[in-house]
Amino acid sequence: MGELSPLWEVFVRPRRGLSHVHAGSIHAPDAATALHNARDVYTRRQEGVSIWVVPAAEITASSPDEKDAFFDPAADKVYRHPTFYHVPDGAKHL
Amino acid sequence: MTTVEEVLGLGDDALVAAQRLAQWTARAHELEEDVALANIALDQLGAARLLLSYAGELEGAGRDEDALAYLRDDREFRNVLLVELPNGDFAVTVAKLLFLAAYQRDRYRQLAAGEDERLAGIAGKTVKESAYHLDHAALWTLRLGDGTAESHRRMQSAVDEIWPYTYELFEGNELRPGWLATVEPVLAEATLTRPDDGGWAPRGGREGRHTEHLSYLLAELQVLHRAHAGASW
Amino acid sequence: MLQRKGSICNTVMVYGNDFQTSAGDLLGEVEAAEAALREAAGRELAGEAGDAGGHDAGRHGAGDRDPGARDPGKERAGYFDRIISADQKIEPRDDMPDAYRKTLIRQIAQHAHSEIIGMQPEANWITRAPSLKRKAILLAKVQDEAGHGLYLYAAAETLGAAREELVDKLLTGRQKYSSIFNYPTLTWADVGVIGWLVDGAAIVNQVPLCRCSYGPYARAMIRICKEESFHQRQGYEILYTLAHGTPAQRELAQDAVDRWWYPSLAMFGPPDSESTHSEQSMQWKIKRFSNDDLRQRFVDMCVGQVEVLGLRLPDPALRWNPQRGAHDFTEPDYAELMRVISGDGPCNRQRMAHRRAAHADGGWVREAAAAYAAKQAGAEA
Repeated sequence: MGELSPLWEVFVRPRRGLSHVHAGSIHAPDAATALHNARDVYTRRQEGVSIWVVPAAEITASSPDEKDAFFDPAADKVYRHPTFYHVPDGAKHL
Repeated sequence: MTTVEEVLGLGDDALVAAQRLAQWTARAHELEEDVALANIALDQLGAARLLLSYAGELEGAGRDEDALAYLRDDREFRNVLLVELPNGDFAVTVAKLLFLAAYQRDRYRQLAAGEDERLAGIAGKTVKESAYHLDHAALWTLRLGDGTAESHRRMQSAVDEIWPYTYELFEGNELRPGWLATVEPVLAEATLTRPDDGGWAPRGGREGRHTEHLSYLLAELQVLHRAHAGASW
Repeated sequence: MLQRKGSICNTVMVYGNDFQTSAGDLLGEVEAAEAALREAAGRELAGEAGDAGGHDAGRHGAGDRDPGARDPGKERAGYFDRIISADQKIEPRDDMPDAYRKTLIRQIAQHAHSEIIGMQPEANWITRAPSLKRKAILLAKVQDEAGHGLYLYAAAETLGAAREELVDKLLTGRQKYSSIFNYPTLTWADVGVIGWLVDGAAIVNQVPLCRCSYGPYARAMIRICKEESFHQRQGYEILYTLAHGTPAQRELAQDAVDRWWYPSLAMFGPPDSESTHSEQSMQWKIKRFSNDDLRQRFVDMCVGQVEVLGLRLPDPALRWNPQRGAHDFTEPDYAELMRVISGDGPCNRQRMAHRRAAHADGGWVREAAAAYAAKQAGAEA
């Protein structure tokens, strides 16, 4: 009895102008079949105009254990956000 | 001039194909393929409804899609024999779909550019669906043909079994050369042998002479509708 | 036909004008859950008032500022609890108690299995559907169920449970599915009742799950509930048409309601006094209402809906209780529920045999696809 095929993560671009967004996963033996399966499972209601499939095993994710080291350093760099700055009255197009 | 018979032929092909594909529901080798086969069945059913409605209008006797689907006997159906053949294993279903979709795509493409505007409108929609069905069937033909020894044996046997029924698709049209140009490379890449021409070529569907299978298929399709004459659903 | 009676096909009318918990509202609740999910994602956790800039609290991570100073194990457990109490979502790679993970895997898997087995009773009528329109709707609905099973298996896989493992547990009877699918669909009216009562009960059960604390499950449920909103309505429409059709059709409709009412009530599970998993699941915000609360909610919904149908529910004890502000009703036979769950319902053997056969018959196809993929990968390498 055949083994179940590998897992693929599915990303769908809902409309032109928007980014691909993770929709879920499917199983498929290869990339072409994965695309067909993703199309049939995740875009039955016209949810997308473009699909990416990525072997789940090929995704490297940041670890929650390293979350502080990864993301907290960004927390005190408020000067990266436009709201940090005072815009003098009367200055336009900034 | 488009004839009622011609549109019935197209509509009945789609309806009977949809009924066969729907029989796969909850039976495919993986859930993903269950969803895929249902999608194709829904496409065929949608095409059948448009075509039968149009056939009813052309006929002008007040028959709608349901009157044509549920209240005709097998001898009045105009589909090709290929679509009424039982599903068999997945290889047989794939072979039927490959041959049918390659034909339907070209036929719809022709109608989409034709003079009958109503038919052109329907075909403009269905030609895209058929192109996807063909793509899906080709994908599986390759995987079964060039998969394991067992799948190769099954796929070859399916191609051999269904091939004779493909001649009937080309009665009254010139589409066979183009169809061969689509189908032959798929078979070759799938390491399958294309059967020789000149052998057995069953026919008769377009005139209402069917295999024994159609009557059973219609018995199931029509049983409930006919049990409640005149009822609304 | 429904369409022609304008006021009847109006959602508000059909789905019980007087009932707060109508299906229309349920869909509203799904949308509210989705909004809450987004909103929660932007909230600070308790005890972590943003002090670094403070202008965009949602951007900050939730970790402690000085992790080295405390015991990391305890710290992580505290993190889980804080997320739960802040109504935020646990995500796949977060630390979570083993029991939480196991409970979720079991629940999501059973839910997925139910979608898959649940295809069978309705698929039984696809080939015999009495009109082409009904055939298309039913085929699309059963297909959705396969899709929903897939969304749920995908959610379970994020917890480290491979689909293969879960499917194997289903096929070998080590994991269960909803007892309701072990009842047969004897007539076309059963398709209508499954949509109205069975999907209706499922939606009442599922809408709160859109707020489940586990992110992938909550997101899958939001998607499923949105897609399922048509399932219940198509069932109700079938029944309405039958109930207003010929005498024979009307009889079919009443007979189906009679057979499915109590099994539908049993879908909410054993009474709270006997439910084994409820309390912990409530604490973890996997489950948000008790079995009995949901059952009551469902009964109150159905009473108004059955009136519009012009049919009756087969419970002579059913009546409004002004003190409780709810309907009194006869409880389903929980002993029967237990028998069906343990394998002795009318169709358990048939459903499992069908699923096993589909899996076994497809073995050669899966092998072929894997062999082809391996050849292609080899050729590229």
